[in-house]
Amino acid sequence: MMPSSSETRITQLHGAGGELMGQLLDRLILPKLGGAGTERIGLRALDDGATIACPSTADGELVLTTDSHVVKPIFFPGGDIGRLAAAGTINDLAVMGAQPIALTLAAIIEEGFPFANLERIIDSFASTIEEAGVQVICGDTKVMPAGDVDGILLNTTGLGIAPHAVSDADLRSGDRVLLTGPIGDHGMALLAAREEFRLTTRLKSDVAPIWTLVSPLLKLRDGAAVHAMKDPTRGGLAAALNEMARKSGKCIEITESAIPMRTTVRGLSDLLGISPLEVANEGKAILVVAAEAAADALHALQQHPLGVDAEIVGTVTDEYPNRVILDTEVGGRRFLDMPLGDPVPRIC
Amino acid sequence: MSPSFHFSDPKRGKALADAIRILSPPGPFKIVHVCGTHEMAITRNGLRRFLPEKVTLLEGPGCPVCVTPASDIDTAIAIAQAGAILCTYGDMIRVPGSKLSLDEARSQGCDIRTILSAADATAIARETDREVVFFAVGFETTAPMTAVIALDDPPPNLSLLVSHKLIPPALVALLDLPDNRIGAYLAPGHVSTIIGTKPYETWLDSRLVPVVVGGFEPLDILYAIALILRQHRDDLPKVENAYTRAVDREGNSAALKLLDEVFEVADVAWRGIGAIPSSGLRLRQTLAHVNALNRFDVDLPAEQDIIPGCRCSDILTARAVPSDCPLFAKRCTPLSPIGPCMVGAEGACSIWFRYGGERPL
Amino acid sequence: MCLAAPARVMSVLGNTATVDYGGVETQCRLETLTEEVAVGDYLLIHTGFAIRRLSPEDGEETLRLFDELSASLGKMEGETNTA
Repeated sequence: MMPSSSETRITQLHGAGGELMGQLLDRLILPKLGGAGTERIGLRALDDGATIACPSTADGELVLTTDSHVVKPIFFPGGDIGRLAAAGTINDLAVMGAQPIALTLAAIIEEGFPFANLERIIDSFASTIEEAGVQVICGDTKVMPAGDVDGILLNTTGLGIAPHAVSDADLRSGDRVLLTGPIGDHGMALLAAREEFRLTTRLKSDVAPIWTLVSPLLKLRDGAAVHAMKDPTRGGLAAALNEMARKSGKCIEITESAIPMRTTVRGLSDLLGISPLEVANEGKAILVVAAEAAADALHALQQHPLGVDAEIVGTVTDEYPNRVILDTEVGGRRFLDMPLGDPVPRIC
Repeated sequence: MSPSFHFSDPKRGKALADAIRILSPPGPFKIVHVCGTHEMAITRNGLRRFLPEKVTLLEGPGCPVCVTPASDIDTAIAIAQAGAILCTYGDMIRVPGSKLSLDEARSQGCDIRTILSAADATAIARETDREVVFFAVGFETTAPMTAVIALDDPPPNLSLLVSHKLIPPALVALLDLPDNRIGAYLAPGHVSTIIGTKPYETWLDSRLVPVVVGGFEPLDILYAIALILRQHRDDLPKVENAYTRAVDREGNSAALKLLDEVFEVADVAWRGIGAIPSSGLRLRQTLAHVNALNRFDVDLPAEQDIIPGCRCSDILTARAVPSDCPLFAKRCTPLSPIGPCMVGAEGACSIWFRYGGERPL
Repeated sequence: MCLAAPARVMSVLGNTATVDYGGVETQCRLETLTEEVAVGDYLLIHTGFAIRRLSPEDGEETLRLFDELSASLGKMEGETNTA
């Protein structure tokens, strides 16, 4: 679908609810996102809302999550804002133990934004949600005057069903802590991509939907194996573990040498002086699992393409409540603390 | 890092820990290092766990941004407020001057940029007509890079605000302070790559404390500590090189030549410590044309460096640890820092707060 | 004040070398280096300038020094204990 020359950039008229907006929906949004769904009134109806059949209480709980996405640059190594938005919301549902059943997508677009970029972003979004088997059932588009918004912002809301929703706080002494894969990819890839650093690397963001990765584990031991889950996004592994420790009042002890990490991420860490444990991951999960189920859980993760490098990295204890301890590679011990802010490269 | 230079295997860690235990001194023994990167490595790897109970390992004035006088920062801000593009290393951005930090000045509209390399300042100057000033901070490891860009056909709109400091005079100054009780120095590895081990012999000749130059891998540091304790046990203090793969006695002649060509030694003030003779670098007269102080009319009075109640002075001179300061972790935290030791990422207080400091785990 | 990480030299052009930190490539300047540089060498780099050339043999020598110290003290302790 090629836009005509008069439609190479988004204009105010595209958001005005009239003819041009209708064309935008017909020619870009619906072909990519408007697949046949189970909704009685779905996206294609372009009604004021969409319907979902009520699940019964026997199905468990509904889980709702929302996120706004402002990543810069919008196209980065390994992904873009579309994939990030879709995966981010799917993953929030996934780490709550909820199967995604519907998403919304709202876009706020700057006047003058290239149509081709919007198409790329929608394509990304569409292919990502297909990986997780979920659809967008309603959405919204607004166009702002040039300068009132920087490029494009996305908001996604996700609805899921959890037979038994999993929090990030139910940690029990003796539980094992698992990571689904290498840590630090997204944050380091975005740092490396910053023009002023003049670095060349093949490192890509790990952005990916992880619902199909974690869902088999939710069935282990009839749902009793996984006690808590969290995705280590902003603030990285360090922030997520500290939040889990504080909410549960427990201590989490991590073995540094067990944390999976790519050589390139280590190299960037040495070069920039920034810890990979404090930067975002967008396709990973932390799972806290009953000790007797840990080996089975690890095995299940490693069968999935996104989980081949999964590892057991730690244990829940009572030694220092609310804190995270790192057993360092050389044999030392220290606290792994909540990071303080956006990491800044250092020379010292 | 290439596997050839990553020294942290636990088996050797245990062997060196055993060596340290065997060399455990009978009485209290204080080792002082002067390198933020050493403190980072010690704390991040949890190395204090390996120290015998009577041995303490403290950071002295090893964080260059922590010891940059507030007035230097004020001068940099004034230059930025005058319209210049002010470039500096990331470590410097959040350190408070007497009123503002560079970060705060930036949010007030000044064009202040973080760079990873002195060469970036030249590149920025080539891409604009505006005045560009490089606020050059750091010790002997970092000063040669400033020298290179000063000599390498600098664009006419580039100038340098130099605030480099020298380590060996600081080591002597600390020993001159009452109550210092310094038993030994763990000398900074990469400063020593540049200056060699000879300056420690010259400066500390009569001081009779062990000086061991250490690297930065976890095993490097344990090894250096073991050598210090061995010297102490044998009562044979001397300058010893524990980082031979990167340091020799003569130093890096190319870098030393650059330093000599561009800088002369000056008496400068260290924040929290005061004036230390011959401890800083300033641009030679021959480089007056790139000296920002000649280009900008900024004459600021020397302001208060340290807020009353803050013990950064004692911490910087290794006579107190962060937890000795009444403000530490209460009014003074990394998010609301009061003194420079808490702001600099390599400041002792900042590191202790974030990584648990000396608390034995 | 010493963050410097070793990287492998991939190519040299005048005063600049292209170096690799285990999958990350960048440039560094050579004016602050005394030694000659060849492809395959390792350089210790601080703020984008090389300050020292390293070789893997240097790394092995370092390990040897660690082991020598541990062994001599261990042996000493062994002797003391049997005294």
